[in-house]
Amino acid sequence: MTAGDSKQPKLRVRGATKVYNTRSGDLLAIDRCSLDVMDGEIVSIVGPSGCGKTTLLWSMSGLHGLTSGEVLLDGKPVTGPNPEIGMVFQEANLLPWRNLDANINFPFEIKGTKPDRVWIDELLNRVGLEGFGGRFPRELSGGMQQRAALVRALSYKPSVLLMDEPFGALDAFTREEMNRLVEEIWLDTRTTIVLITHSIEEAIFLSDRVVVMSPRPGRVANIHEVPFPRPRSLEIMSTKEVFDLTNAIKAEIVGTQQSRFPSASAQPAQVA
Amino acid sequence: MSETDAIPEFKKSAGGDSEVGITNMSALTSGPGIKSMGEVLAIVLVAVVIIGGTELLLNIFAVPQYVLPKPSEIAVALVTDFPFILPHLGHTLVELFVGFGIGAVVGLILAAVITQFPFAEKIITPYILLLVTTPMLALVPLLILRFGFGYEPRIIAVALAAGPMVMINAATGFRRVDRGKIALARSYGASTLQIFWKVRAPMALPMIFVGLMVGSIFGLLTAVGAEMVGGGFGLGNRLTSYSSMIQMPQFFAVVLILSILGILIYVLFFLLGKKYASWEA
Repeated sequence: MTAGDSKQPKLRVRGATKVYNTRSGDLLAIDRCSLDVMDGEIVSIVGPSGCGKTTLLWSMSGLHGLTSGEVLLDGKPVTGPNPEIGMVFQEANLLPWRNLDANINFPFEIKGTKPDRVWIDELLNRVGLEGFGGRFPRELSGGMQQRAALVRALSYKPSVLLMDEPFGALDAFTREEMNRLVEEIWLDTRTTIVLITHSIEEAIFLSDRVVVMSPRPGRVANIHEVPFPRPRSLEIMSTKEVFDLTNAIKAEIVGTQQSRFPSASAQPAQVA
Repeated sequence: MSETDAIPEFKKSAGGDSEVGITNMSALTSGPGIKSMGEVLAIVLVAVVIIGGTELLLNIFAVPQYVLPKPSEIAVALVTDFPFILPHLGHTLVELFVGFGIGAVVGLILAAVITQFPFAEKIITPYILLLVTTPMLALVPLLILRFGFGYEPRIIAVALAAGPMVMINAATGFRRVDRGKIALARSYGASTLQIFWKVRAPMALPMIFVGLMVGSIFGLLTAVGAEMVGGGFGLGNRLTSYSSMIQMPQFFAVVLILSILGILIYVLFFLLGKKYASWEA
């Protein structure tokens, strides 16, 4: 909980290995992944499809256990869902039978605590959802639903926010808007964020560091520092440095994925 | 642990909002709404033409009352004999409420428990199917032998008819697992019980209403049928009694009461579905 520049990482993953026992045999999803996330840092995880990104993130959240290795939050092992950790999923995952207010109250009902209305109203204001409390999810657009999910995750003030491809289902413009919103909220709260994304641009825009994972079994292949100042304006995002970094990361992902082609680096194929 | 250890990459195909829409509640919640006075007028007009036309045709062709009584005669019988029919309606309602209540509660509990244990579900489902497809009326003579001519055999028959219907529909509802929403609840540290009450049960609610509606209609059929088989009271008993005495206006008055009862049951669940399960429509 100690904020600031203590040496201890906020979230520490050590030798995380996960084997799934499937009908067709054991499946090694992630293999000895190690990663330190410092307090107040934003770290993105990118990698080819099926490389175990989600498995790694779910392990960090305590939603499932590891075959070997451990996850430490503030030095204490994470063995199950933790109130210090907030989770945002790819789908907004709002409960369709509850209106927006009741959806945001959901975590508090589960935990048996009283929601902090002042903080929640502030969050709703920030994401532009004030006055929508009585609306049901089906009455909200995809972007609004995902913003509501973000408010819900932040409502109980977790010190770590884990996001599993949070904006993957949104259109490009809404996605950029959401990225800006996350940056804005982060500048305010300095919540530690770990984010899975398929968009290298999103990863670079938001992160202090970008973790590239190898194809299955997922390993930490490389970690890129993203040294650009915040807030990251359009100008910064269109500099050559950003362009070069994007291409370097892309080449790493595509390279490991399509190594059977003779000149992998010359194939800037779309990474979906 | 099977649920918690599932490969999360698969959750997109297994979950998501699209899954919620499999069963269609629209039959229950989105009946055609009446839009204008013109429509009301047309509906009333058609009703008048049908009833008046029947009256007229029966008069013109001098159809004897024991073949088909005139609507006016049925109306008169309904009014004059109603005080006499009323206690029988009461008996039928008691059988329906008690039998359906027992059947629905047992059915709901069984559905909720069984869907938590897929293996148990595989073992029990054939018997439930057997109960659903066997007309419970067939058992009534046997039940009368064992329990006599009182409420008991009828209530048991109603419960046996309604329960499996409620159960099979509710089980379909409980089986609709949305991994994403369960993972969400778990990320807040929800217990299995909390997940059941706050995620699974609300998600199953639309199907539960469908089950309750089908089950109560089946219960009504079974109650009336059982009353026709034996015993000296109830609307079904009135039907056999009036027809044996060729009191056709009274007979049709009872049929009319049964139709209205059926419609009221439908409307009740329509309104309940609209209030509590309209998020799905």
